[in-house]
Amino acid sequence: MTDVVSAPATSRKDWATDQEVRWCPGCGDYSILAAMQFLLPELGVARENTVFVSGIGCAARFPYYMNTYGMHSIHGRAPAIATGLAISRPDLDVWVVSGDGDALSIGGNHLLHALRRNVNLTILMFNNQIYGLTKGQFSPTSEVGKVTKSSPFGSLDRPFNPLSVAIGAEATFVARTHDMDRKHMMETFRRAHDHKGAAFVEIFQNCNVFNDGAFEHLTGRDQRAEMLIPLRHGEPIRFGADNQRGVMMGADGALKVVDVASVGEEALLVHDETRPDPGVAFLLSRLSGGVDEPTPIGVLRDVEAPDYGALMASQLEEVRRRKGEGDLAALLRSGITWEVDGRSPAAASGGE
Amino acid sequence: MSSTLERPPRRTARLDQVVVRFAGDSGDGMQVTGDRFTTGSALFGNDLATLPNFPAEIRAPAGTLAGVSAFQVHIADHDITTPGDSPTVLVAMNPAALRANVGDLASGGTVILNSDAFDERALDKAGYASDPRSDGSLSAFAVYEVKMTSLTLEAVKPVGARPRDAERSKNFFALGLISWLFSRPIEPTLAWIAERYAARPAVVEANTLAFKAGWNFGETAELFESAYEVPASKLDPGTYTNVTGNTALAWGLIAASVRSGLPLFLGSYPITPASDLLHELAKHKHFGVRTFQAEDEIAGAGAALGAAFGGSLAVTTTSGPGVDLKSETIGLAVSLELPLIVVDVQRGGPSTGLPTKTEQADLLHAMYGRHGEAPVPIVAARTPADCFAAAIEAARLAVTYRTPVFLLTDGYLANGSEPWRLPEVASLPVIEPGLAVAPNHVGADGEEQFWPYLRDEATLARPWALPGTPGLEHRIGGLEKSDGPGNVSYDPANHERMVRLRAAKIAGIAGAIPQVEVDDPDGAGLLVLGWGSTYGTIVAAVRSLRAQGQRVARAHLSHLNPFPADLGEVLGRYAKVLIPEVNLGQLSRLVRAEYLIDAASLTKVQGTPFKVSEIEDAASALLKEIEQ
Repeated sequence: MTDVVSAPATSRKDWATDQEVRWCPGCGDYSILAAMQFLLPELGVARENTVFVSGIGCAARFPYYMNTYGMHSIHGRAPAIATGLAISRPDLDVWVVSGDGDALSIGGNHLLHALRRNVNLTILMFNNQIYGLTKGQFSPTSEVGKVTKSSPFGSLDRPFNPLSVAIGAEATFVARTHDMDRKHMMETFRRAHDHKGAAFVEIFQNCNVFNDGAFEHLTGRDQRAEMLIPLRHGEPIRFGADNQRGVMMGADGALKVVDVASVGEEALLVHDETRPDPGVAFLLSRLSGGVDEPTPIGVLRDVEAPDYGALMASQLEEVRRRKGEGDLAALLRSGITWEVDGRSPAAASGGE
Repeated sequence: MSSTLERPPRRTARLDQVVVRFAGDSGDGMQVTGDRFTTGSALFGNDLATLPNFPAEIRAPAGTLAGVSAFQVHIADHDITTPGDSPTVLVAMNPAALRANVGDLASGGTVILNSDAFDERALDKAGYASDPRSDGSLSAFAVYEVKMTSLTLEAVKPVGARPRDAERSKNFFALGLISWLFSRPIEPTLAWIAERYAARPAVVEANTLAFKAGWNFGETAELFESAYEVPASKLDPGTYTNVTGNTALAWGLIAASVRSGLPLFLGSYPITPASDLLHELAKHKHFGVRTFQAEDEIAGAGAALGAAFGGSLAVTTTSGPGVDLKSETIGLAVSLELPLIVVDVQRGGPSTGLPTKTEQADLLHAMYGRHGEAPVPIVAARTPADCFAAAIEAARLAVTYRTPVFLLTDGYLANGSEPWRLPEVASLPVIEPGLAVAPNHVGADGEEQFWPYLRDEATLARPWALPGTPGLEHRIGGLEKSDGPGNVSYDPANHERMVRLRAAKIAGIAGAIPQVEVDDPDGAGLLVLGWGSTYGTIVAAVRSLRAQGQRVARAHLSHLNPFPADLGEVLGRYAKVLIPEVNLGQLSRLVRAEYLIDAASLTKVQGTPFKVSEIEDAASALLKEIEQ
């Protein structure tokens, strides 16, 4: 979309504002911000053509720290606001930064519809499974039984699986990454950015104040090899320190984690991001039942579909081609009109 | 009614005005019938005003009072301003239509009944214990019984349709009959039938036959003593069209887009009676109009605000319940200081209320319906055609002052219509977007910077810098911003300064809008002050009082926030001020609070406009008090 050629070379500091970053020390958001500020110079895009739109929550402060155009908006509404911007300005790169409460609770509806319409947005959802800015209530991704200030006896809510939600809405790009791996974040963000249409990225993000270590079992340096299942397009899905484990589809149609030695590599599921049907991607999103089980990361789904803003622009062009450029004077005269000349009223035989 | 009788070629009596109401089941096509009669009258050169009145249900049970749909049209040989207090002619297609409407009929008026529909079952459904045609209850009226159903069936026989389908043409029989009765030209209606139903030739034929049968019935049946003629009105010279408020408003938004050079973006969600704005704008993509039917009201407003950030002339359209949902976004727009037009086609509330009926009860909501100090300019249209100018004015204020603007209309304006003398495009206001193109500040380090909240000294508006403009990258948001640089600021003194600046910006609009236009030819003691759709009724009431020798002044507000700068001074000139409103006294509350004037409030909330007589009576009472 953006004219890559003409954008002058930039460095990380060009993309940072002079505003003091005010997340809690040790927050996972810092590493996500750094990954973005390292990535954008690599993408060769222009600052003036880049817009970050956010809702409300800790993550939503993100635009204030990016030296681009930005809007910190209303809780949950960022996908709707960004939709209006993206479809009226297809020349822009529009990013949405959101959290689990913002995207899946108060803003669930807008997220679903932005994904359904395939609006050209890159949506990053920082998932820390807690409400941080309101100081620690359970979120729509918190596990059942979570004890928080608003659930002293344990929460009763069944959590959303963000990737299942996105794939259920038939999002055309769905991926997951985590805040402990800058390289993986940058690669995932790059893929999401390059995708035309709506891209949804869940980022496992640690809230070290209200939900510290929520993903430690998965993303800790000593855990990753055995607990994260890296997805690589066109390759059998394998993981483990010695690639000794894999994912296969059972005779019942369910996916399961297996020992490669016992089933043979040819039995493993070959990852295909481009399957038009979201079924297998949905199964992958549900392979893990929680942070105690091996969990896929990377791109689950990347399919081509017309993006909404481009469709709208081409419809405008099509109508212009058919009807010609709008003519205001002709519009005003498009209904039945009649002339009054002021001397003898039309069709009248006299008057008073 | 005047009655200069004219002789051959045809016995016609001349009338200076007539009010016709067509009433039937909501499936009977009464809106189409009324609309066609209106168009025929407009082409003939009458001045006119219309009042559609239909139930919220798409098809309420046939034959019941709940399902009655009506369309009233007032045609005259002179300038008129209302659809008429009471119909002089009522066309009733069934007993329920008669029962629901006969109470409004002027004494001595004419009732034309479809007598085929008056069987025992239908009378029972309408709640008639006895047949009104024979029990004397219609003795105050001239009643004409016409077997419309059977005459229609007979007329359309050549088409060979099943009786149930053939019967559907009976509204065109009624239209033909009334067109004869009031000497309307028939060609435009026949042409319209041919075009409207072009895809279904059998329907064209049936409707044409039914229409002609109705006309011929009037000509030959000698049921009526004479046909009537309402001569053309002396309108100002020009090209005219007949517009509803919704159409005029949609065209006004397109005009504002053309005259500002900003592409139009509509974010909307269907809601009665505002949906026609979305429908109309969706037709005009060749003007570069982007219409986005959002997932909900909130997203409609949100998408519009996003588009405003990107440089569109952004609009969201809705009715009362939708405004509730958009309030949060309007508050953000106040904070972001971006142009956003919020159209509220008011309807009866609270909650779902009366979706198809009119009310003016959202004024205080527009004024105050947000948390925090969040002032928003308010513009209100006064007639269906005025919706065009009001839309351009709302756009002008939004763009010039970088602010959300409320544009209030209502169900009566939205669906009502009137002849409109088309303006020349070149005469329409030009709106200057004045986009920021360069840095506006030099930092301590000598570097050029862009300060998104460095205001224009005259308007206090902040610069509007569009994404895509190099060097003007900036962040805006709902958190309080520092005066000037626009960074997040929790400084107490800065917050107070910003709250006062936003208030001063909106208050300052008073200097950029016209002063109050007072219609007071002879030094009256009473001023009737109105806003919005009460305009036509107030004008008619004041005319009537003056014709009786009374001295009454009149003024009407197009701007409700801020008020025109001289409003307080104007109000102070009068011993009494009367404020009629279709609510419980919202403008009067604002006026009392702002100017400490003891304004008298006249209120009505029945889902219908005031009658002229109601305003006249209230004004007369105050005039008597002044005399004493």
